Amino acid sequence: MTMPFYVAPEQVMKDRAEYAQKGIARGRSLVACVYADGILIVAENPSRSLHKVSEIYDRIAFAGVGKYNEFDQLRVSGVRHADTKGFAFSREDVDARSLANLYAQYLGQVFTHEMKPLEVEILVAELGVDGKPEQLYHIAYEGTITDEDRFAVLGGETETISDRVAEAYRLDWALDAALRATVGALAGPDRTLEPGDLEVAVLARGNGRRAFRRLGYDELGELLGGGRKTSPRGSRSTGTASAGPSDSDGGPLRSE
Amino acid sequence: MGLPLFPPGDDPGPSFAALIRLGDSNRPAPARVDVGRGAVPSVAHGTTVVAMRFADGVVMAGDRRATEGNIIAHRAMEKVFPADRHSAVAIAGAAGPAVEMVKLFQTQLEHYEKVEGVALSLEGKANQLGQMVRDHLPMAMQGLVVVPLFCGFDLRTTEGRIFTYDVTGGHFEEADYAATGSGGRDARTTIKLGWKPGLGRDDGIELAVRALYEAADEDSATGGPDLVRGIFPVVATVTASGYARLDDAEVAQSFTSLVQRRSLGGGTGGGGS
Repeated sequence: MTMPFYVAPEQVMKDRAEYAQKGIARGRSLVACVYADGILIVAENPSRSLHKVSEIYDRIAFAGVGKYNEFDQLRVSGVRHADTKGFAFSREDVDARSLANLYAQYLGQVFTHEMKPLEVEILVAELGVDGKPEQLYHIAYEGTITDEDRFAVLGGETETISDRVAEAYRLDWALDAALRATVGALAGPDRTLEPGDLEVAVLARGNGRRAFRRLGYDELGELLGGGRKTSPRGSRSTGTASAGPSDSDGGPLRSE
Repeated sequence: MGLPLFPPGDDPGPSFAALIRLGDSNRPAPARVDVGRGAVPSVAHGTTVVAMRFADGVVMAGDRRATEGNIIAHRAMEKVFPADRHSAVAIAGAAGPAVEMVKLFQTQLEHYEKVEGVALSLEGKANQLGQMVRDHLPMAMQGLVVVPLFCGFDLRTTEGRIFTYDVTGGHFEEADYAATGSGGRDARTTIKLGWKPGLGRDDGIELAVRALYEAADEDSATGGPDLVRGIFPVVATVTASGYARLDDAEVAQSFTSLVQRRSLGGGTGGGGS
């Protein structure tokens, strides 16, 4: 006679969480932050065609880290949800909050009821209009949803990256400054990220109805500019490691 | 409403029309109204729309009148719409279903682009619209005919292209210009006489405006420029840089100079001469 093993629910949850975290930490991280004209999303992604950052609706963007097939399925269902809602009601009735809640419910459902949790962490970003602030909804693999208003970091080693972004963050900074700081934060002190390693998109006011826009290779190179030589991540005591043309670019970011 | 997730076998893919059909299958079907042809209650009808190629792409224009029988139902209806960044669609026929079709078409193109990550080819867009017109055939057989006109800038061949449709969803590419709706015949003739290859932007706009003017002159269901209320046809261009609707001021200017030329007796004259 066989007896099923008893496993404490705490243990089950712990194992699942560990499993999901491991899967997510294997991939590379992603940073989203609010800047003067909207929201900037920067992902470390060498692929040109398998996107981590995409458009959901007029003012809503999606970003995911972890297992590609899993977050891409979530992305497509988000597009479907938004388009159906906009078609049935009105374009302005589509909002990020309700979509983020749906994602959170689904992820929570899978985490507690399925064999395998989804190894993803996702972000739903919404550009504010008519004086409303930007919204960043960060949803974890188990359905925890957090609402950020400055920046969000997804993926493995989020703490160190968050610290770096928090340190460099300025209210209403320009696109190039925000980009250099977030890329620097993703890269860390020992690496440099080239435009080819990055996938960058913005939700920007002034892009018309569809606020989502990807930044191409050339544009990224231009924006990163001289800032690529000195790591622009800010105030590591040594300050200007390699002086030169990048000095002026790095200037505003380096202040503590 | 939960997240729309589907098992692989039922996935509607990048088609928005298929997606809402799946959603609709959960709802009871609306009671089918069986009325004979011609027994449809009077509904608003949109009338004349034109499209022609010019040097940089295509220009599309439509009058603003909607009629219900002999009554003017709307004076400021719009019949020319952007389909997406590089294409435009204009409608003639039963106004309600036509506007609904445009809305579905616009959503479909954007939906495809977002799900797939790339926009449909112009050919693909034209085909999609054809399928929507065909799906509408049962309604058309009951008298609610919708006939769109589709044009766009083909980013692959870098030229403007125009497609016309019939009620069965059949679509045909036109070489240089097209017009449809009740005044379409007169508009087409006007364009035919004035069109030449490599037409400049201003000349193209002038010709489109003239075609609508002549159509309104001959067809009671087509609205001319309404100088009293300041309502002018919608004129738009689709070029490499995308869809752009002309300012009312520019269209008004074009009409004013046309009317002036006509008033001085420089036109084709009145009284059927």
